[in-house]
Amino acid sequence: MIKQCDNVIVQSVSRFLTPFILLFALYVIAHGHYSPGGGFQGGCILGASFILSMIAYDIAEVKRRMTEKMNTVLTGVGVLIYAGIGFICLLLGANYLDYGVLAEILPVGTAKARALGTFGIEIGVGITVMAVMVSIFLNLASGGEHEEGSVE
Amino acid sequence: MTTTLSILSAVLMIVGAFFFFTASIGMLRFPDFYTRMHAAGKGDTLGAFLMLSGMALYNLHAGFTLVAFLVSVKIMLIAFFIFIANPTACHAITKAALDAGVAPWTMKEGKK
Repeated sequence: MIKQCDNVIVQSVSRFLTPFILLFALYVIAHGHYSPGGGFQGGCILGASFILSMIAYDIAEVKRRMTEKMNTVLTGVGVLIYAGIGFICLLLGANYLDYGVLAEILPVGTAKARALGTFGIEIGVGITVMAVMVSIFLNLASGGEHEEGSVE
Repeated sequence: MTTTLSILSAVLMIVGAFFFFTASIGMLRFPDFYTRMHAAGKGDTLGAFLMLSGMALYNLHAGFTLVAFLVSVKIMLIAFFIFIANPTACHAITKAALDAGVAPWTMKEGKK
């Protein structure tokens, strides 16, 4: 369905915009506590930068940089970060995802430990959402074949 | 100083609203897809740029502090990216329509 696109305007602009999209995604993830945004929204923007490259260039071109294996591993790593922080809290004797207790192993106070714990969770959510978005788009756009993106 | 900034931002916003208005009229009145894209692409891009510039200036009118300056810089970044992305999106949509075989509008024979 997605054919090789040879439009130089779209390709140049997407190449120029991609770093700024990534930077904005990191901003949205990091500012999740204070402003609208957070892990899910930032992860969606991260995934959108990959999807933009896939639309502007070719699915095969992007898959050389973000392989299927890498994508699957990142999906798991995000969940691992989320669940890992929760289980560290369990191991320290508090409830699941009760970040305040992280102050015992981090050199900061309880309030700061809560902020850092939330931030870690947001990073995990962001990584997983990015990988899942890319994988959903890959499967839908290529009809499940994952080859070049052209199924005609 | 404050009055000058307010007047300048008001002028920018009014001119931006004028461009949005012309883009809307173009969307409603033009005969086919390509001419409507032409109206929407140009009018919206310039309108959004002028509107956001006016907002960035108005944000500074209460006092020139670091926080207000940073907010203005962020608004100008949004304006900059709209200025780049909007014409590109317009171009991509129009090219897709051309590839899909949408026929351009032409004047009918014998009609003024």
